[in-house]
Amino acid sequence: MPDGAAEELETHDFDVVVVGAGGAGLRAAVEAQERGLRTALVCKSLLGKAHTVMAEGGAAAAMGNVWPEDNWQVHFRDTMRGGKMLNNWRMAQLHAQEAPDRIYELERWGALFDRTPDGRILQRDFGGHRYARLAHVGDRTGLELIRTLQQRAVAMGIEVFMECKILRLLKDGDGTVSAAVGYWRATGGFVAFTARAFVLATGSVGKSWKYTTNSWESVGDGQAMALWAGADLIDMEAVQFHPTGMVWPLSVRGLLVTEGVRGDGGVLRNSEGKRFMFDYIPAMFAAETADSEAEGDRWYEDHINNRRPPELLPRDEVARSINAEVKAGRGSPHGGVFLDIATRRSAEYIHRRLPSMYHQFKELAGVDITVDPMEVGPTCHYIMGGIRVEADTEATTVPGLFAAGEVAAGLHGANRLGGNSLSDLLVFGRRAGIAAADFAEARTSTPTLDPAEAAQVIDGALAPLAREGESAYDIHADLQETMQSLVGIIRTQSELEQALVKLDELDERARSVAVSGGRAYNPGWNLATDLPSMLTVSRLVARGALERRESRGGHTRDDYPKADPEFGKVNLVQRLDARGELTLAPEPLPQMPPELAALFEETPTGEEGH
Amino acid sequence: MPDVTMRIWRGDSTGGDFTNYTMPAVEGEVVLDMVHRIQAGPAPDLACRWNCKAGKCGSCSAEINGMPRLMCMTRMEDLPTEEPVIIAPMKTFPIIRDLVTDVSFNYAMARQLPPLALRPADGPDGTYRMQQMDVERGQELRKCIECFLCMNVCHVIRDHEENKAHYAGPRMFIRYMELESHPLDTNDRRELLRQRMGLGLCNITKCCTEVCPEHIKITDNAIIPLKERVVSGSYDPVAWLGRKILRRTKRSAAEAAADAPAQHTPTSEDRLERQTVPATR
Amino acid sequence: MSTIEDAKPVPVTLGGVRGGPAGARTLRRDPWWRSPTITFVFLTAFVVYSAWAVFQNADYYVGIAQHRDLISPFYSPCIMGSCVAGAHGTFLVLHWWTITPALFALSVPAGFRSTCYYYRKAYYRSFWQSPPGCAVADGHARYSGETRFPLILQNLHRYFWVLALVWNVILTIDAVMAFRLPGDGGIGVSVGTLVLVANATLLWLYSLSCHACRHLCGGHVDQFSKAPIRHRLWKIATPLNERHMQFAWASLIMVALADLYVRLVAAGWIHDPKLF
Repeated sequence: MPDGAAEELETHDFDVVVVGAGGAGLRAAVEAQERGLRTALVCKSLLGKAHTVMAEGGAAAAMGNVWPEDNWQVHFRDTMRGGKMLNNWRMAQLHAQEAPDRIYELERWGALFDRTPDGRILQRDFGGHRYARLAHVGDRTGLELIRTLQQRAVAMGIEVFMECKILRLLKDGDGTVSAAVGYWRATGGFVAFTARAFVLATGSVGKSWKYTTNSWESVGDGQAMALWAGADLIDMEAVQFHPTGMVWPLSVRGLLVTEGVRGDGGVLRNSEGKRFMFDYIPAMFAAETADSEAEGDRWYEDHINNRRPPELLPRDEVARSINAEVKAGRGSPHGGVFLDIATRRSAEYIHRRLPSMYHQFKELAGVDITVDPMEVGPTCHYIMGGIRVEADTEATTVPGLFAAGEVAAGLHGANRLGGNSLSDLLVFGRRAGIAAADFAEARTSTPTLDPAEAAQVIDGALAPLAREGESAYDIHADLQETMQSLVGIIRTQSELEQALVKLDELDERARSVAVSGGRAYNPGWNLATDLPSMLTVSRLVARGALERRESRGGHTRDDYPKADPEFGKVNLVQRLDARGELTLAPEPLPQMPPELAALFEETPTGEEGH
Repeated sequence: MPDVTMRIWRGDSTGGDFTNYTMPAVEGEVVLDMVHRIQAGPAPDLACRWNCKAGKCGSCSAEINGMPRLMCMTRMEDLPTEEPVIIAPMKTFPIIRDLVTDVSFNYAMARQLPPLALRPADGPDGTYRMQQMDVERGQELRKCIECFLCMNVCHVIRDHEENKAHYAGPRMFIRYMELESHPLDTNDRRELLRQRMGLGLCNITKCCTEVCPEHIKITDNAIIPLKERVVSGSYDPVAWLGRKILRRTKRSAAEAAADAPAQHTPTSEDRLERQTVPATR
Repeated sequence: MSTIEDAKPVPVTLGGVRGGPAGARTLRRDPWWRSPTITFVFLTAFVVYSAWAVFQNADYYVGIAQHRDLISPFYSPCIMGSCVAGAHGTFLVLHWWTITPALFALSVPAGFRSTCYYYRKAYYRSFWQSPPGCAVADGHARYSGETRFPLILQNLHRYFWVLALVWNVILTIDAVMAFRLPGDGGIGVSVGTLVLVANATLLWLYSLSCHACRHLCGGHVDQFSKAPIRHRLWKIATPLNERHMQFAWASLIMVALADLYVRLVAAGWIHDPKLF
């Protein structure tokens, strides 16, 4: 048996420790460091490789540079509607109000966004956004964002701990989070951080699905660690399947095809060549969606007098429609549908607007998107649910623990609009940084590390190295198969129940997972230490999905195909009770103040209804 | 489909050697897929960095059949498979294990870079006006995904370890050029480049450009323009004479800021940037 | 203003153990040596031919006797005492210059081409083996790049460029003069005319595609929107610059062919046919 207590434990003390160095983590760390606090940034990969680089389309912010009619109220309403009103209204409000400032701030830090003819930041159209609102750099906006923040962080001298995986958060006697225990991937040596405040910015959970846009890092570490530390998680069933992932070749199945393709004129066709999205316009969006191809095509030039084409409906609608077409036997040869921009835009336009899409298809699939259509289909992309946070401070329900970005929940409700995640990272990353700094400054107790607890965590992590048993890769592959087939884009009660049984089995198998080789940069061992997070989060998703007996946003139940107004009023809250048992209970959503609620009742002239 | 043999270097700082793994070929795969299948099968502890598997994060750099490339962007069908496909770690950086190297050199060089020093804002609201023509040049340079293949292939440090002490390398030259030509920047990093960052060590043999997976024209659009800017600053007798006569060719940001009316409330980020600009010339 | 004082030095650990097979010159299997070998052969051939042509000090001018006015680009401008009659027009400047005029005429092109960013790549790779190919080991144990004498002089490229433009003007005048067919009908076009026109054209393309030219046109500007003319010049220079290598080779081969053609005509080996 491994002896965790005998392990040498490297320790560091900071005021604020940020776990995760994507957009939200970097933005939080910049804010905390700015306050003069000793700030550490801990990340599983190298700095600048986080999943934020994959974001392509842009960052939504109602700057009104292209459409002066745009303002935060419209953005707020788009966000709430896109989220099927399950959003935390206050987060949606803060997000819509503060996003423009966060974008301008990036520009002052060196970001070079595409420009309007009068020299301001250009904004592009995206699904669910009433006006062209996404500040962007071609189709590599995420890279621009993370590079800008990374360079800012480096210039400020923030200490970065790269390739360091955090396993657990530990609390002091008074229940305040005080330490994090993890290991260096390069050496396998263990390390502990004590800090006065912690920010979780660990991103997504997608690696539990087979076809996903997410990288290996997205295993739900933050969600799981927060749960284990006693935090509430909400609406974990709200998982977004991006409508357009690559479906061919198999090895890149799931890889993202940016929504920008549709924003810039791309259309979806079935095997008969038909633009099928016109058959799937839901009543909720009928008033603002074009019902003829001619009107949809005119919209790109004239947003005021035409309605948007149905290809730009929110992602959940498009994903479901593609799924239905494929099921009806009208799919493409490899089980997707066709995304066609070649017949609609010039090669020069495509090269300029979508350079990385061009390269991605050219180099990985051998398809020239200026000539041939792409084959696309839904792929697991984003989780709207996550750690429950205070809207203004991103404080979790555990003292000393804050969460921002995808790991936190509330802003996106049941479905996220494209472009809202990059602005989410900036707005709430900053707010989490401020609140964590406030908390760290106000904290009176000195954070301590209980060596016995640390030893227990280390024991758990080392156990797979010391026994014979099953390979972590096999368990992971079975987990992905289970989640893909039973907790995928369309769900039913029987399959979800089956999934929970399978998850029990996988939990059992994971307890005897074994790893060959040593601790130094051993991906097999790394995966074994990821399994607890993945299994925990998968269970939360399956349980939430079973409980929410309705279809709303990213969550679609075959047996409850309609939205249920009663479920629309509640978050499904999951937490560990005092005995360590997982509990799930609906709790009412925060109530929107009347002046904001009014935005959804009236139809302001010149804005709606055409 | 036939079997393919992958000849992968396994080892660490104590030494190592190639190991052959023969796997069935699968249509449409890239080298990284093969590595993943080897991890899931015969070698679960085979160390390799990767993240996005789409050529966007720049993690899976290695040397495939001797050429520095991203494993995720190298299709198996483009490689000759009659003989084993050789995969070795990047040579220029110290080995950690198998295909993973210690790239901290690049981060150390990044830390030395004098950051953006803003010129005063254009708009009364503190925002800037830039045309597409102003940002396009920088946008190409900002495509860099930091795969460090250019640093790896650069013979200045690949074959001459001692130069690492005073050579920023192609990736950082991209960054220097981006800032030197940044429409909002007022810093001048040319003497730094000449004296301490080893711009003169580059002999523009263009291997960095050849291996760049983002197809950034590193040599033509970053290094040579920097060399030309340094010529203007340090090797140009005409410019030197001009400076003697005119005394002041480029005003410091501090002076410019002092002249300009206060256009926005200085924020904390301004304070940080000011620190990097000397108060006097 | 310089920020050199502000850049905080960050220590770099040297001498870390590297991975991969020790001692291998390269793991490349493709014929990486092909390109530097071709470069080596062609550059060597050019140097050998031009050295021979330079010291011929004869047969570089086709004059009125053959009803032509053709001068080899290797010997132009011809302003020395040693120039043959007719080759120099009226402005004979360097009366004291008695050795071959080609040494003067070629000094500027030689300086321009040897400091050229493209040729530097070409000869560093193919001659100096530093490196011979990408991911192929450098042929030298120590390396100081272009930081010391004499290679620090590569920084003078843009001054050679300015002189090269003067040379281009002169060679362009030569090409214009080649339209004169003295004693043979005044003005016309012979193969020799076309050869010199092609030579001058390629020389302009080579010079205007130069990296230093691109910098001086507008590469030094940070805010293009504030300098629209320089931006336009830069936008013209950029696509030319992308073909700099092609222009470098084309003009190099052309200049040798032009010399050879003039030489053959001047020596009476061939007749320069009049086209129209």
